[in-house]
Amino acid sequence: MSVLVNKNSRVIVQGFTGSEGSFHAGQMIEYGTNVVGGVTPGKGGQVHLGRPVFNTVKEAVDKTGADVSIIFVPPAFAADSIMEAADAGIQVIVAITEGIPVKDMMTAKQYIKSKNVKLIGPNCPGVITPGEAKVGIMPGFVFKKGKIGIVSKSGTLTYEAADQIVKAGMGITTAIGIGGDPIIGTPTKDAVELLMNDPETEGIVMIGEIGGSYEPVAARWIKENGNKKPVVGFIAGQTAPPGRRMGHAGAIIGGAEDTAAAKMKIMRECGIHVVESPALIGETMLKALGK
Amino acid sequence: MNIHEYQAKDILKKFGVAVQRGIVADTPDKAVAAAKELAAETGSKWFVVKSQIHAGGRGKGTVKETGSRGVVLAKSVDEVFEKSKAILGGTLVTIQTGPSGKKVNKVLIAEDVYYPGEAEPKEYYMSILLDRSTSKPVIMASTEGGMNIEEVAETHPEKIVKEWIDPTIGLQPFQARKVAFALGLEGNAFKEMVKFVTSLYNAYIGLDASMFEINPVLKTSDSKILAVDGKVNLDDNALFRHKDLEELRDISEEDPLEVEAGKSGLNYVKLDGNVGCMVNGAGLAMATMDIIKLSGGEPANFLDVGGGANAETVEAGFRIILKDPNVKAILINIFGGIVRCDRVANGVVEAYKKVGNIPVPIIVRLQGTNAEEGAKIIRESGLKVFSAIQLKEAAQKITEVLK
Repeated sequence: MSVLVNKNSRVIVQGFTGSEGSFHAGQMIEYGTNVVGGVTPGKGGQVHLGRPVFNTVKEAVDKTGADVSIIFVPPAFAADSIMEAADAGIQVIVAITEGIPVKDMMTAKQYIKSKNVKLIGPNCPGVITPGEAKVGIMPGFVFKKGKIGIVSKSGTLTYEAADQIVKAGMGITTAIGIGGDPIIGTPTKDAVELLMNDPETEGIVMIGEIGGSYEPVAARWIKENGNKKPVVGFIAGQTAPPGRRMGHAGAIIGGAEDTAAAKMKIMRECGIHVVESPALIGETMLKALGK
Repeated sequence: MNIHEYQAKDILKKFGVAVQRGIVADTPDKAVAAAKELAAETGSKWFVVKSQIHAGGRGKGTVKETGSRGVVLAKSVDEVFEKSKAILGGTLVTIQTGPSGKKVNKVLIAEDVYYPGEAEPKEYYMSILLDRSTSKPVIMASTEGGMNIEEVAETHPEKIVKEWIDPTIGLQPFQARKVAFALGLEGNAFKEMVKFVTSLYNAYIGLDASMFEINPVLKTSDSKILAVDGKVNLDDNALFRHKDLEELRDISEEDPLEVEAGKSGLNYVKLDGNVGCMVNGAGLAMATMDIIKLSGGEPANFLDVGGGANAETVEAGFRIILKDPNVKAILINIFGGIVRCDRVANGVVEAYKKVGNIPVPIIVRLQGTNAEEGAKIIRESGLKVFSAIQLKEAAQKITEVLK
């Protein structure tokens, strides 16, 4: 078992023929992900990386049976691509694009509510189920198969956590990069819930950052649902000043609730194993599992 | 992106939002001319002189050099000269600027809108922002105008009304009426407030704004509704479709090092600590700052060099960080994924040699693909650079070099 993506996922790439799309599609194919084609409007009928190119997502779904899409479309057009994928019946959309205007994402998020679809991202590294499918831009070799799920707002910090988990002798079921934007498709709680319900996942690493209230919401949900699996948590930005955007569009302290300290306090109260240093994620998970 | 009050009022007006009339000036003479023009146009006899800086708390702030407040009332054209002279070119310190304050290059000369009449003037609060938990814009309004809204939220949460807008259909007339009724308005003031809320929302959407705060919104003694202040924050990610708004950026309001870093494509935020850092990825960069603190230092900056981390970006990073005289050590923390650590290491060595004599110790922590090879390149470079692979080692090294 795993969540969101596995060896049976049939993946298409939106923005397939662009430089980012081409590079990462190549990496995904090399990893073993079942990439069945791609979409670039106006380039339908061509063959790229040995896979067919389609003009629309609808056509790609009809011809290939695709159920997962990864989006590398530039920011000005990415929200439209998300809606197109949802409309065509894609089940899991992974939006890598950074820099999508908030207004566009408000519309896209509202639009996909009525569809049976999960959106991961935008502004995220993607999702990986080691040994089965990499639908993202992460370095695949860092993620070895195992029993720990990861949910994270950050890219390289996810790799850091995965590396520690693997070096501590555990491995990863699925790692979900949920994204660092103020509006994302799958907030922390929803991603944690997927992993809580996954029979193969024995522990969860939950990495957040300053800004918004996704982590406290997730923490309260974990507690209300009886802390069924140990969760190790970290919040980046304990030293971030208020009112300044720290790289990610969503990483900004507005009020007292947005701070790392406030989030970590609530997480601790909800029974999460909170680490102050990101260097301690691996060993804390080992201890939490009683190993 | 933040803009000045006078710019905010200008663009709000274009969307039909009623605003207090004002003219911006950068010398006392121009301030006088502005006051005369306003008097002719509005009949105003008194004028408000308002410092234009990107920070709140101006009214209670003090100009260091003269002791003047940041916002003052002038009861004649002559007073406009004297009072703007005491502000222009001075350094305004408010609760939001920090002790060093901000230089005031411009003042807004505004009409007096608190004139006596049938009723007492009354101040309200209004803002529009993204509610991240619902992914919708929310209008917040309160009868407690002119106050700090966070304090109102703390002490009288019932005095704040919130109206969430479905972004796909926009603000509906009943929602604007709900807000106006909730503020206890009636008659002409009610009608004006409905119009105010509606045009404000249209401006919010039309400008791709991320935050509007109008505090206060004023009901004048003759029942007009208008914006007396205007704080407007625009979505940086949407500026590509608003070239005209991009021109409103005032670089003198930004930290010079941050402006310079931006030109090199680096995401840099200046902080007050003693350990500089250079990291790939925003989350890891924040986490690295936290590690510096836990190791006994204070982060001097946030710096995300992005996915590339090559010799050019590292060199640019070195040059920016080294301009900060407080920096006593630099930590480079790169998780090499698709970009291999040996290549990053070569880039660091190359950049180091180009920059020349770096007077502070440098710790290079490379993890990921070919981490061992990367560490070897750093160790054998002959430069005054410490190498680490584990995050823990890097933290210990910081503690050591700061001793």
